[in-house]
Amino acid sequence: MTHLLEVKNLVSHYGQLQALREINFHIDEGEIVSLIGGNGAGKSTTLKSLSGLVNVTSGEIKFLDKSIVNLLPHQISAMNITHVPEGRRIFPEMTVEENLYLGAFNVRDKAIIKERMEKGFEYFPILKKRLHQKGGTMSGGEQQMLAIARALMNQPKLLMLDEPSMGLAPIIVDQIFEIIQELNKSGITILLVEQNAYHALQIADRGYVLQTGEIILSGTGKELIENDEIREAYLA
Amino acid sequence: MLENILRTLPQVLFDGITLGTVYAVIALGYTMVYGILKLINFAHGEIFMTGAFIGTAILLAFSSLGWIGTLPIIILVLVAMFLTAGVTGAIGVGIERIAYRPLRKAPKLIALISAIGISFLLQDLVRFTTEFANDGNFYLIGPELFKSNINVPLSKMASFLSDASFKTSFLFVLVTAVALMIILDVFVNKTKWGMAMRAVAQDRDTAALMGVNVNKTISLTFFIGSALGGATGVLFAVQYGTIDPYIGFILGLKAFTAAVLGGIGNIRGAVLGGLIIGVVEMFAAANLSTLTNHVIGAEYKDVFAFIILILVLLFKPEGLLGKALHEKV
Repeated sequence: MTHLLEVKNLVSHYGQLQALREINFHIDEGEIVSLIGGNGAGKSTTLKSLSGLVNVTSGEIKFLDKSIVNLLPHQISAMNITHVPEGRRIFPEMTVEENLYLGAFNVRDKAIIKERMEKGFEYFPILKKRLHQKGGTMSGGEQQMLAIARALMNQPKLLMLDEPSMGLAPIIVDQIFEIIQELNKSGITILLVEQNAYHALQIADRGYVLQTGEIILSGTGKELIENDEIREAYLA
Repeated sequence: MLENILRTLPQVLFDGITLGTVYAVIALGYTMVYGILKLINFAHGEIFMTGAFIGTAILLAFSSLGWIGTLPIIILVLVAMFLTAGVTGAIGVGIERIAYRPLRKAPKLIALISAIGISFLLQDLVRFTTEFANDGNFYLIGPELFKSNINVPLSKMASFLSDASFKTSFLFVLVTAVALMIILDVFVNKTKWGMAMRAVAQDRDTAALMGVNVNKTISLTFFIGSALGGATGVLFAVQYGTIDPYIGFILGLKAFTAAVLGGIGNIRGAVLGGLIIGVVEMFAAANLSTLTNHVIGAEYKDVFAFIILILVLLFKPEGLLGKALHEKV
């Protein structure tokens, strides 16, 4: 069986710095895969390489058996690979509704856009109440919800979330992780990047541990949680 | 003295608002490009000037074909504006592609110098072409289109006012400029590509992640800004008659001031800034001599736009409608 996403010997630079050193991993359809590691390990750079924001120096990225190396971000987005960037990055001067419309930039049919918006409100009812509020005026948790809802507008085959729990209150974090699991159950494959390793591994089918641009460990979520090294380094 | 100022105030407002709408539409071009690239496109004044020449050339061609006088003038001017807007829009896209895009990752100062270079290039190209086609003269006189004057008998309404009068072209300029601004506002706020432009202006990377083609959006912004600039050039030529390759410089600077005054990057701010500068300038032109007891004459009117620029930069650098930006560290 071919993988949904397959990354082989990926090398990327962040400025002059080599951020990824020949990393290999794959994601199968329907999985939640977590990428954990400390600050500067290369987690965000991995996502940015996949979504086209960072140029790949060498290596191969295949999505559904097609190479997507160094396609432009909008071309990758059109393949329904959707990246929710670190820090949510909603458009602060735009309303919730406009943010959602932008998420569906690849879609022409207005009826489909409406339908997806309604579906998003099922996960995040608060957004329906805030429809005409400017994104920048919402709380961090609401912004994260908007960022995920906006990504759903593109009907992702692969949803990549970069630190969705960052800076949020524990109760909101639980809520977000619950929704990630629900989304996965609805059929969306998820690549999750997190510093909150325990949470991320708990919901993951499989996980990879990145350290200074290299994958040093991989396994099922359960294996990694129980691994002593991981416990010491990330779960203490 | 006050009585005198009040007497001429309606005329000052009429003239000032017309001039202001011209500044406003040009300011829109500066502000849109700044909003999306954080670049001051100093070539924009020259796009305006190029538009004035292209439009005048088209109108002269219409004149030599004998169309003026037989076909409705408003239609002819609108056709000339439309054609000019297409050409200057394409020039704007070309300038971005050749002179700015390769420098997008370079420091902003480099792109600014490139913009100034393009400015000189356009001035000389237009001068050369005009001299070539116009017996060695680099200025151009357009056909006279709107000959009649409209008189507004204000003195009959209120005895302390003078009558005001303006050329019919005034009305045409005013109505067209306002229409252009309304169309732009609707486009930017209500359409998909307008939304893409705002998204790229706010956060280029995230816009790209949403599926927005960033390069196409930037090209579109240049097309619209330059098309508006060119169309305004035609309006200017129709209103003022004689044009030369250097009209873009001072007018561009004033329009830039208008954009800064309103809050650069803010579309409605550019309109507000343009109107304020237009009215202040006309007020100065009409009253400077009276106010200073003939020491300073109307020819100093240009100074005021720049006094405003300095005051804005000192006391409210984000402009009237702009938001203070906090540099990300």
